[in-house]
Amino acid sequence: MTTSPTKSPEAPAPPPGSTPAAKTAATKVPQGHKRLLTGRDRLTLGLMAGLPTILHVALVWVTALASILLAFTTWDGIGFDSIEWVGLHNFEELFTNNPQFWPAVEHNIVWFVVLILIPTPMGLFLAVQLDKQIRFSRVYQTAFFLPVVMSLAVIGFVWQLIYNPDTGLINSIIGANKPGHYIDWIGDPDLNLWAILIAASWRHTGYMMILYLAGLKSVDPSLREASALDGANEWQTFKNVIFPTLRPTNTVVLVVTIIEALRAFDLVFVFNKGAEGTELLSILVTNNIIGESSRIGYGSAIAVVLLVISLAVIIPYLIATFRKERRA
Amino acid sequence: MHLTPSGLSVPGTSRRTLLRGIGGAAALGAGVPLLSACGGSGGSAADSKTVSLGSNASDAVPKKAFAEIYADFAKKSGIKVDVNTKDHNTFQEQINSYLQGTPDDVFHWFAGYRMQFFAAKGLASPIDEVWKKIGGNFPEAMKKLSQGEDGKSYFVPLYTYPWALFYRKSVFQEKGYEVPTTWDQLIALCKQMKKDGLVPIAFGDKDAWPAMGTFDQINFRANGYDFHVELMAGKASWTDAKVRKTFDLWSELLPYHQEGAVGRTWQDAAQTLVSKKAGMYLLGSFVGQQFTNKADLDDLDFFAFPEIDPAYGQDTVEAPTDGFMMSKSPKNKAGAVKLLEFLGTPEAEQIYLKADPNVVAASTKADTSSYTPLQKKAYEMISGAKSLTQFMDRDSRPDFTSTVMQPSLQKFIRDPKGIDSLLSSIERQKKTIFAS
Repeated sequence: MTTSPTKSPEAPAPPPGSTPAAKTAATKVPQGHKRLLTGRDRLTLGLMAGLPTILHVALVWVTALASILLAFTTWDGIGFDSIEWVGLHNFEELFTNNPQFWPAVEHNIVWFVVLILIPTPMGLFLAVQLDKQIRFSRVYQTAFFLPVVMSLAVIGFVWQLIYNPDTGLINSIIGANKPGHYIDWIGDPDLNLWAILIAASWRHTGYMMILYLAGLKSVDPSLREASALDGANEWQTFKNVIFPTLRPTNTVVLVVTIIEALRAFDLVFVFNKGAEGTELLSILVTNNIIGESSRIGYGSAIAVVLLVISLAVIIPYLIATFRKERRA
Repeated sequence: MHLTPSGLSVPGTSRRTLLRGIGGAAALGAGVPLLSACGGSGGSAADSKTVSLGSNASDAVPKKAFAEIYADFAKKSGIKVDVNTKDHNTFQEQINSYLQGTPDDVFHWFAGYRMQFFAAKGLASPIDEVWKKIGGNFPEAMKKLSQGEDGKSYFVPLYTYPWALFYRKSVFQEKGYEVPTTWDQLIALCKQMKKDGLVPIAFGDKDAWPAMGTFDQINFRANGYDFHVELMAGKASWTDAKVRKTFDLWSELLPYHQEGAVGRTWQDAAQTLVSKKAGMYLLGSFVGQQFTNKADLDDLDFFAFPEIDPAYGQDTVEAPTDGFMMSKSPKNKAGAVKLLEFLGTPEAEQIYLKADPNVVAASTKADTSSYTPLQKKAYEMISGAKSLTQFMDRDSRPDFTSTVMQPSLQKFIRDPKGIDSLLSSIERQKKTIFAS
């Protein structure tokens, strides 16, 4: 009790000591701010922020908006005076008359579901195995990641050789390239989507593995120790401790997979150009706009549908993320 | 990337293509000036001693052959041809923006509807003065093919090639087959071939255009040239009983086609003919490119698609024709006219044919003495035809054929029973496209 009065006057001592420092810092900041913005700095800053903004607006916003506008027109791409306003006609045509549109939507969805159900857990599994400091881990990582480094066009070409109905690897091995036993992996609409999805999954597994591996590296080792001390076995540790800490990685994985499913194009285009069974929205857009067909208004309408689907997926995600940030 | 004998565009694959698709379909619209800016690099030479020429002959053999033609022209006229060669497919994909920007004075293109389309849009100059000079070199059918809808000439044909049923003489001899001239004989021959363990008709439709060739043949044999043209022009209805008849006939023939066609390239299908596993193959004469062995190529022969309706016989030949056009405002018009006049002469054609033996000269004046037997036969077939067609995707709107007919025909090949709903779907889509 006697010591406390002597100590208490000392206790508030540090705050007065710290205030001068805070004051000096506070007075320095505005000075520095003034010095920062010389005319030249302003110019540099303006250029650094302005140029990307202009490029962004011109290449992203203007084009996206123009494409939305064009979706309500017909245009053959020759001269701006041939643009004709047709209202919702393109969409009406698309939803009711285009035999490829609904299959394309369905295939984009199937693409996403398959990617999330097969290669994603597979990539996680590989990542967990490779995270165990096994020998030659780098070699395995490289091997699994290699498909991701390769261009999708190359992957499409390689798999097309494997699936080639006459001379391909699979049919040659199982003897399905003779009349009567024929298996048409590329042309048969009941098979070709799955055949391509195997190729897509093969690549996606490596992608997911690297993402999860990075996530696993950032898991605090003391968490594992703690759960081991508590007597949890490997599976329990993974399920109850490791996987929940991978939450941020899972979000990234989900977003990446959605993007992959919506932008799926190259592989299919090289594989069979989106023939029946493998129609995708991106391929319909290309077929209508690029090349001589030049149905720019109609193709834009399909692109707008793709945009709406993307927004429908991304907006809830962004809202959820911002809400979480605000709460934190 | 791919050979496109039908002239079909096969867009190259790149991530950029996708971005264009998603981010801004309009990027293309906005990008038109950019693209055309890249296209017209050769067009800057404005002096009277140079003519610029946009070429799609990016393959080594035709490129060299054309270079020889231009060298010969330079020697004779003193005018240098400044060639701006682009990849074959890229050239076709960019043709819209290319012609709207600063195109070369003269450019490669195809006869028929595809030429008329750009002529009607005012993107090409009429060249009636050229035809006054070269008109005598060409048969009437070629003259007609070179005219726009307004009756003016816009096109100078250089070479052409026929579509027909190709077969190997040795196989026919060995098995004692006869060349069929009627539909019933064709079906009987197919049956016999099947019994003999052959694939009667090789078929590969992965690239989606070969099936159009089969449709064309059956349709103009069964319904005649006039109806075929009306159908291609979007005037006749696809739900017409005549079209239905074409598909019925095709359904009858389909079981004798090679299985799994939608997954096979035409090159692979041609290999079954090379290896004598298939009896016949309906394709253009460029199928000869796949016969790399000289002895095999000498064994190759063809016959015209058999008669279906005696009223039309075998009077129509599908003979896609390639040649040249003049852009809307050439920098050196006098020079361009001179060049086109030269390209319309038999000499120019002969220089080209020396390098590419799979095609024949469009002119009737060209020297046929150096032709191979196959070329001679092709030449006779084309010059004897009452009417010439180009190919479905050259005779009709490219947007209709590539976005509607290609997938529809692939669907038909796989499932011929669903033809009724398929035809009404084609007709519905056709109406929208041709209305725009």
